[in-house]
Amino acid sequence: MQFTSVSFLLFMAVLLIVYYRVPGELQWTVLLAASGWFYLWAGAEYLGFLLFTILTTYGCTTWMARNNTRREARLAQLPQAEKRACRAAVKGKNRAILALCLSSNFAALFLCKACLTEPLRTMVSGSRVSFLSLGLPLGISFYMFQSMGYVTDVYRETVKAERNPGKLALFTAYFPQLVQGPISRFSQLAPQLLRPHRFDGKQVSFGLQRMLWGYFKKLVIADRIAVAVAALKAPEYTGAAFLVLSVFYAVQIYADFTGGMDIALGLSQALGIVLPENFTRPFFSKNIAVYWRRWHITLGAWMKDYVFYPLSVSAPLRKLSRSARRKFGNFGKRLPVYIASAVTWSVTGIWHGLTPNFLVWGLLNCLVIVVSEELTPLYARFHNRFSFKEKRWYGWFEVLRTFLLMNLIRACDLFPSVMEYFRRTGSLLTAFQPHILWDGTLMQLGLSGLDYGILAAGITLMFTVSLVQEKKGCIRELLWQGGPMVRYALTFALLLTVLLMGNYGIGYQASNFLYNQF
Amino acid sequence: MDRILEILWELHPDVDFETAGHLIDDGILDSFDIVTIASEVDLDYGVTIPAEALTPENFNSARAIYALVERLVKE
Repeated sequence: MQFTSVSFLLFMAVLLIVYYRVPGELQWTVLLAASGWFYLWAGAEYLGFLLFTILTTYGCTTWMARNNTRREARLAQLPQAEKRACRAAVKGKNRAILALCLSSNFAALFLCKACLTEPLRTMVSGSRVSFLSLGLPLGISFYMFQSMGYVTDVYRETVKAERNPGKLALFTAYFPQLVQGPISRFSQLAPQLLRPHRFDGKQVSFGLQRMLWGYFKKLVIADRIAVAVAALKAPEYTGAAFLVLSVFYAVQIYADFTGGMDIALGLSQALGIVLPENFTRPFFSKNIAVYWRRWHITLGAWMKDYVFYPLSVSAPLRKLSRSARRKFGNFGKRLPVYIASAVTWSVTGIWHGLTPNFLVWGLLNCLVIVVSEELTPLYARFHNRFSFKEKRWYGWFEVLRTFLLMNLIRACDLFPSVMEYFRRTGSLLTAFQPHILWDGTLMQLGLSGLDYGILAAGITLMFTVSLVQEKKGCIRELLWQGGPMVRYALTFALLLTVLLMGNYGIGYQASNFLYNQF
Repeated sequence: MDRILEILWELHPDVDFETAGHLIDDGILDSFDIVTIASEVDLDYGVTIPAEALTPENFNSARAIYALVERLVKE
């Protein structure tokens, strides 16, 4: 069941009615049943993977919790001198359980990606590979990362293990975020899922408005521009055409992914459950480090807390830190951080897919961040000499520079052959051919003049909304203050736009969200 | 406490770390800075800050960092 299908809208309407009519203490069971139903409908053949994650998570966390309970009982009886050894012994046992849980789940994920992804299969057979043809169990990378974060938190004793398997299953499989995130933390999500929620007209209205905005981004913008993106991947489009491709793909992936997030977060808000934001207007970032704090925020935070930090403070890197300082001075101080960063970015790349381009994509991001970090003193000297850093035009220049740089790196997603990606990138310097921008080439990409007009209007609206959000905060709150007439008129206008200008057609079915099957 | 302030000033000489109380929330310290601080603390105090202690609450001010280090030294 796709978020963009009519059956999903009917499912959601029935759920909202049932959810707010049952007693509060039973609401979580309604959500669990709805999540199970949603997943079965989306792909019953992959239910086994979800159950495997739920069962291993439940088994390992309750096992660790039992060890901790026994430890506390023993500590009460032991003399002070023996307490440290007792704690260390239990920590060791729990570490082994954690390793068992993480390795079995990540091995399952790796096998899934290796055996079930179309790209790897077709790459082996030597034919061309499509980024959009992934065939993984729905949302596997999202629910697995969320669950493994929870298992690690139980090991660290920053959260208590959930004893009710049904409640844990709901945390893992809560359907609005099951498809493409966000990746939530147990301490933030579970209490909300299990608490009773009374009907709140304003929150339900805000949630539905946000969903509508998500449908606008997905159906009017992302699915329309996807046609041109697919066409521009053909080998003859190099130079300026590649630059256009990178910009079009930025628009597509932003509208697609944030549209999906708006639907997920809006639906959840209508149910009274606040999910973490995954995007905060990333295209307004002035450098790549800030960009990554505003794009796919929950994945970045997960990687930071569960990969980058543990690796950075691990014994081998601490040892390296000491010896590198002696040999390389200040650079040596930073070397272990850069190594941890390179590993984290490689893992992030592999999370997206097992083809080499994703690894290169991750390492390119890391390279730019590390080079920027190393050049910081040079930037500081430059800006001390020339005093335009605070000027508004320079701020917009930094935004544009980051946008274009990120577009070029992101385009690596599109070409599983790394050599092909570098060939196209190199053509920006060797064969720019700007005439394709005005010689009618852009009209041969499957989009009509009307399509370009709708896209221009849609992107302008999306940009304006982002700008207002950046300056004044929540748009829906502003509309609410404007009174019911303004609110209803604008909501109705947006609904009509989605219905009339969505990328439909005879026999047309909205395409999958790009992040559905990572 | 003075050593913690020195470590912080080495990273960002222009910040008033004696009064700043939202170093993470305001984006003054990032994850690279946090790991660098952890590494300096490891060298100077001989204590390893565990990954689960690398949280915004523990790094939002010089005082919070110092309190964390004191706690770890006592353990």
